[in-house]
Formats: sequence, structure tokens, C-alpha cells
Amino acid sequence: MTETPLVEFEDLKVRFTGDRTVHAINGLSLKLRPGEMLGLLGESGSGKSVTLKTLLRLLPPKRSELEGSIRVNGTDIMTLSGRKLAAYRGNDVSMVFQEPALALDPVYTVGDQIAETVMRHKGLSRTAAMDVALDMLTRVRIPSPERRLKTYPHEMSGGMRQRAMIALALSCRPKLLLADEPTTALDATVQIQILLLLRELQKEFGMGVIFVTHDIGVAVEVSDRIAVMYAGNLVETGTTSDVIKNPRHPYTRGLLAANLHGAVKGQRLDAIPGSPPALEEAPTACSFAPRCPLARPECHTSLPPVFEPEPGHTVACVLEREAASIPA
Amino acid sequence: MSKTDTSTASGDRGGPNQPLIIARNLKKHFPVRSGLLNRKTATVHAVDGVSFEVKKGETLGIVGESGCGKSTTARLLIGLIELDDGSIIFDGDALGSDIRLKELQRGVQMVFQDSYASLNPRLTILDSIAFGPKIHDHADPTGIARSLMRRVGLDPNRFAHRYPHELSGGQRQRVNIARALAMSPRLVILDEAVSALDKSVEAQVLNLLSDLRDELGLTYVFISHDLNVVRYISDRVLVMYLGEVVEVGPVEAIYREQAHPYTASLFAAMPSMDPDNRTEEPPLAGDPPNPINPPSGCRFHTRCRFAETVCSKTKPKLSIIAGDEEHLAACHMRDAASGHSMALKEAAE
Repeated sequence: MTETPLVEFEDLKVRFTGDRTVHAINGLSLKLRPGEMLGLLGESGSGKSVTLKTLLRLLPPKRSELEGSIRVNGTDIMTLSGRKLAAYRGNDVSMVFQEPALALDPVYTVGDQIAETVMRHKGLSRTAAMDVALDMLTRVRIPSPERRLKTYPHEMSGGMRQRAMIALALSCRPKLLLADEPTTALDATVQIQILLLLRELQKEFGMGVIFVTHDIGVAVEVSDRIAVMYAGNLVETGTTSDVIKNPRHPYTRGLLAANLHGAVKGQRLDAIPGSPPALEEAPTACSFAPRCPLARPECHTSLPPVFEPEPGHTVACVLEREAASIPA
Repeated sequence: MSKTDTSTASGDRGGPNQPLIIARNLKKHFPVRSGLLNRKTATVHAVDGVSFEVKKGETLGIVGESGCGKSTTARLLIGLIELDDGSIIFDGDALGSDIRLKELQRGVQMVFQDSYASLNPRLTILDSIAFGPKIHDHADPTGIARSLMRRVGLDPNRFAHRYPHELSGGQRQRVNIARALAMSPRLVILDEAVSALDKSVEAQVLNLLSDLRDELGLTYVFISHDLNVVRYISDRVLVMYLGEVVEVGPVEAIYREQAHPYTASLFAAMPSMDPDNRTEEPPLAGDPPNPINPPSGCRFHTRCRFAETVCSKTKPKLSIIAGDEEHLAACHMRDAASGHSMALKEAAE
């Protein structure tokens, strides 16, 4: 109970301004324990990538307005700037992106890129940093790592590049790793290799991981807990088995049905009608209500309260009130 | 439906037993050019001897990883790229000798993965859909376009005069489907047509595709990397690896038991949906090899854990699995005469 959460979002709001306003994150509150692997699940535009970018303070400062607080290991990261921010990025928290070919620098060898990071953050000599780079490449199971230190990103296959990217991200032993759809661009047989590698490394290094994905199956493979996002807020969080085996929010249920796992051929799919809202205005009611088969009048007029039907399982839906009043 | 087909390409010519399209030994190699003189330095064996047929009214799913040649196969079927070798027979008429490419293309339409890139950004939705009928001197192209828009679930009064960038991905893909149907095709090739869509929208589009198939009597070739989607929509599945067919068969037979080790690995690589029973070991190590220099013999032997010397020497033939004439796989372990030790064991049993 007294444990400090590794990450703590409190009523985070992110708004992009410019030609048109987008309310990307609308009052997100979430905690991550040290060493926990959280799957952040949602469709495009639900705010999952924005959440990660806010956590690294990567959003363009002139066009984004932030409210609320984010603490990482007790430090308020919203106030960081200059050197402190630079030290925080890459050292305390680092990120693996969807497209390693774009995230790695094409004109430096893989070894140089990892060594540079280690020298910069840990103050090691170049030789010592190269040893770390070699060790990291071995840990991510790149075959013949000595040779691979001297290769450029374009000389590697997609799966190999993603391994190198993971080696780079973990080279300073961050306490928190952010993974933004790291396997979406990969083939199925390579994807499962990377997922299992991340699961292993997470245990080995004992770090916290936030793994963003749109694929439920991927989230099930890696996460201890799953948080489902819709229109810039969480609709349901819980342990992986709570969310998968006992989904309570109508959106989570729809998403599981749309995965087609166990769908019967010839039978119509239970598709969620419509499409996600445009988020030009801050939501004043349940964002899912217009698509929800179970929506009540109050869903269209007020924000849904958050219930906790079981310890650790939260659902933002009015239907939970009725479920709670009738003891099962 | 009140659809009357006037063009000859739309009428059923070969009868119900004639497959709608037969692909025989399709080959497509792309040259890789480099250097100062732009000389040919290597060849990509994109599609290397692929044969299959699609029966009238059925949906054939094609699965495989990137570089396996599934998209090239689709482009060959519709004549977007020229065949190096092999033949295509559309409803009994061989392409080249009996029918010209134009006639084939009237009967076959395609929907691509990128819904935005496949629409002209300067045409309104209505103009895009009406374009084909207009070119073919149809009496009322706008009328066709409006009725098709209604059919795919887009209200013509709201959407007809919008441009592609004003629509969501799911809506754009509906436009692409409507445009493909505007020429009353008999075969529609869906190349990863739902892959870029969000899951909830994907389910809507899949429902639409099933409805259209039933109402218009369409035949689909459905290319996807998502095995759940393929199982839901297809009658038969074709599995490709590095430009070759490794297994083909009825969808339930293959989902029940995969005869080829590559197919089995592909299925084992699907993320588990059971949190208490997660995948413990990756079924395959490494990435798929480069199709520039495909491995000798069975192309899968470099990643196959059952590989023996015969696998790297001889190319396996497609052979019948478990007495089911529809179910074929190209693996030495399934061929008693191949000399593979596992094959001998099975034959002895």
C-alpha cells in the first residue's frame, strides 16, 4: 500500500490547438507499479500514443496544452526542462517505436548508436560503452553480435532492427520502457519472437513497461494488466484475465467480439456501429454512448462515473451502478 | 436483385462447374538493377510457379508473410503487371488467346489496402464511383453510383459530393468497394482490404462484404495476414511462402490440422487469447529469407525444424493430405517416396 507507483497519471488532459482543436486526452488517471507490464489497448485516435508521448514530454510545446500531473518515481515530470529533461529521457524512461527503420539513425552503426547513448547518460568511456553495446545485442539475441555492432540499420531485417532498437532502449537500464506498437510492422512469426523477448527482458531487468497496441491478442501475450482506452480516456482497467474473461464495459466487449476469435463462419459479426468521435470538443457525456447498444438517457448527458466491481478492476460505465445494487 | 447484366463478360459462360478463374504456373520475377549502368544485378522471385483455381461463388483466402508473393499474385490475376510465364483462364477463356486483357479486367475488380491512396483526391466520391460506368458509356453512371453508395451504407445525399480526405478510413473503404462493384464484376480481389481498419470498423466492412457476396453472387479472392479474418470469410485457404504455394485446402481442414510445417508455425505464431495459456516459445526463429536468393529445394528448409538433406535438394510436390482431394501440401514428410525419415515412419504406421 505504501509503495510509490512507478508512474502516476492524475486527471491528465491533453489538447492540441491550431487550425482545429483536438481533445486528445480527457482526464486520464492511471497508476503503474514498479515492474509491472501494462497493455494499453485502443483503436486509432483513442489517445494511446499521445499518452506515451506526454510521458516523455515529446509533444510540440507550442501546439499542445497540458493539464493535470504525471509523476514518474515520485518526480513531477511536467516541470522538468533543459538538462533534467534530457537526463530523464533515455535514462529513466525510454521508448521503442513502431517503425525501427525510422527510429534508428541511418548514418551511424548500431554499435555507435548504443555506445553514444551509454556514454551520454552513464559517463562511460567509448571502449566501456562498446562493451555495454555488445552485451545488449547479446541479450536481445542477435546472432553474431560482434559483427552486428558494425552494421548499419539498413543492413538488417525488420525483426533484427527491432531487436537492435530494444537493445538501444534498454542500454541505460531504464526503470520504465514505453513500447508503441513495436510489433505492428512485423510479420506474424517475427512478432511473436519479439513479444516473447520483451516479456523475458522485462522479467530480467525488473522494469515497468507500458505496451501500446491495438491488437488484443498481443496485449494478452505480454501484459499483467490491461487498460482499454476510448476517445482519450480509460473505459476499463484490470488484470489481463479480468478484462479478457470478464469484460464489463460495452466497448471492451465489442472489441473482443470484433477480434473474430471464435467467430462462426456465416454468422453476422457483432460489429460496433458507427465510428469513434472526432474529439473537437471536450466530452461532457460518455464518448461511447452514441455507439453503445445499452446506452441510457443519462449516458448522453453526463460523464460516466468510474466503478470498481472487483478489487483492481475499474469500469467507467453507469451500468455498473445497477450491477452493484443487485447483489449477484 | 434487379441487376441485369448487359455486358457479355458478366454472363456465366462456362456453367457452374467451370472454375471462375484458373491460374496455372504463374511466374513473375522482378529484376533488381543497380550500379552506374543500371545493370540487372539480381532477380526477385516474387511468384514462382503458383497454380490454383477459384470456383464460382466461393471465397479463396490467401495467407502468408510479407514477401511471399500474395500481392503480386493478385496483381497478376487482374493484369496490373504482366505475367512472365503461366496462364490465366477466366470462366473457360484463356487470357491472350480467347480474351484480351481488357475483357478480363471487366470481370475482375480489386480493392486495395490503402483506402486513401487508391482514390483520386480531386474527384468527389460520386465521380470516383461513376468513373468506370461513364468511360464504358453507360446510360446513367450517376444513378448507378448513387444506388451503389446506398448499397455499401453511405447516404448519397450526405456523401456524394465529399472528397476522399473528408471521410474516415472505413467510409473510404466502402467507397472503394462501391467503385469495384460499379463495373458489375464477377470476381473481386480484396488485397488486405480490411487490414488498415480499426477492429470495430473491420467487423462492419466484413459484414458488408458477406452481404454483397450473397446478394450479387460474387466470388472473392481475399488476401490477408490475419488468420482469424481469413477463417471467418473464406471457404478455402491458400498458404504461400517465398513465391510458392505450400498448402491449400478447405478452411476448416487447415484450421483443424496444418499439414505443412510452415502453416503450422504461422498458426502457432498467432497470439494466444487465453491469459492463462500464453505462448511459451516462438514457433520459428529469425525472419523470412530474402526472395532474391530463395533457398534451394523446399524454400522453407532453412527455418524448418524437421528439415533433412532431401529438403534442401529436392523441391517437394503438392500432394493429397489424409485422403482429402481438396487438401494439398508441399512437404517431403507427406510424401512416402521422398526419403524423409518422418515420411517413412508415417508410411510404416
